[in-house]
Amino acid sequence: MLRLGDDSLILGQRLSEWCGHGPILEEDIALTNTALDLIGQATNIYTYAAEVQGENKDADALAFLRLEHEYFNAILTEQPNGNFADTIVRQFFFDTYRKLLWEQLVHSSDARLAAIAEKSLKETRYHFKHSAEWVIRLGDGTEDSNERTQLAIHSLWRYTEELFYTDDTEEALQALGVIPAIQSLRKPWLETVEKVLLQGTLIVPEDKGYFGKGRQGMHSENMGFLLAQLQYMQRAYPNMQW
Amino acid sequence: MVTVDSIDAIVSNVHDPEVPVLTIKDLGILRSISQKDDIWVVEITPTYSGCPAMKTIESEIKEALLSKGISNVEIVSSLSPAWTTDWLSEEGKRKLEAYGIAPPVDEVDKSVLFSKDPIVPCPLCKSKHTKMISQFSSTACKAHFQCQDCLEPFDYFKCLR
Repeated sequence: MLRLGDDSLILGQRLSEWCGHGPILEEDIALTNTALDLIGQATNIYTYAAEVQGENKDADALAFLRLEHEYFNAILTEQPNGNFADTIVRQFFFDTYRKLLWEQLVHSSDARLAAIAEKSLKETRYHFKHSAEWVIRLGDGTEDSNERTQLAIHSLWRYTEELFYTDDTEEALQALGVIPAIQSLRKPWLETVEKVLLQGTLIVPEDKGYFGKGRQGMHSENMGFLLAQLQYMQRAYPNMQW
Repeated sequence: MVTVDSIDAIVSNVHDPEVPVLTIKDLGILRSISQKDDIWVVEITPTYSGCPAMKTIESEIKEALLSKGISNVEIVSSLSPAWTTDWLSEEGKRKLEAYGIAPPVDEVDKSVLFSKDPIVPCPLCKSKHTKMISQFSSTACKAHFQCQDCLEPFDYFKCLR
């Protein structure tokens, strides 16, 4: 569950960095609205995770007070915003995966998780529409926008394989019908990504990327800086509220 | 005597903090009222996962009931079945339009990329000649439109199903 929640929180935190910096006002609002949805989904997941864990921790403690190696988000989600194309490509890769995952989780044998999936799916569909349309627009736009988008695809592609990573934890949950077979999402993911990239006159990389270790708590160097900002207030002023 | 109906009458008057023209009943986020032992359980559902108004709505429900001397209240937030704009009441839609926010209209399947924008009549001059400026707007539940006739920029309460 933390793998699910951390993907939402960390990407939500990254997107919120666009607040006040969007290339146009409408996109500033779009990216931060998406961030708000993701952080809302993280809250729902952490609230449930904290109850299951039963160590008197709450959702806030899970969000703000863990150490870097205790976060299990995929490395894709912690990558820096870069330029607008970098952000949109990162979001498109993630939204495509997340939509497929929620569509399956709706049928989870765990009723609470299924309810979170049912709620989140409606939001993720909207995010997908937004990021996929932008990938096509940028790819099929000017020479400059095409080049930047293609560069973003090449630099982020290596992190996509990790989204379909499975270990004992997933296999145990899969056997109980709590989660779907994560690897089975890779084929439909690739089909959708290829379709959108081709429509945007973009090239699909041929290599497969590699398995990052974010799911085991081993992150890229970007994660420490992100957490420093995310956790600063709670670390400096424990239990502060406003 | 306190009954489900009397609680309903009080709670139904709580307004949404972000769209103050609507009550939580109009919005369809008030799901049920029941009694569990001595506790009145008010069930609400968020419009969007990250809706920042939920905490405010919870405390406003509690305050409204407290002002009538009812303090044994528990607010439960349920996610399933997930909220949809179909639960917005007809009265609510009328109030929205009068307030200058276009109410949701039927939309095509969101999975279609570059689908045609929905035809949303301008809440000011009623022209159907309007244009979507952004899929997102001032809150998660709205999109931003502009009327091409009277030039009024307006919020559209987008359809969520």
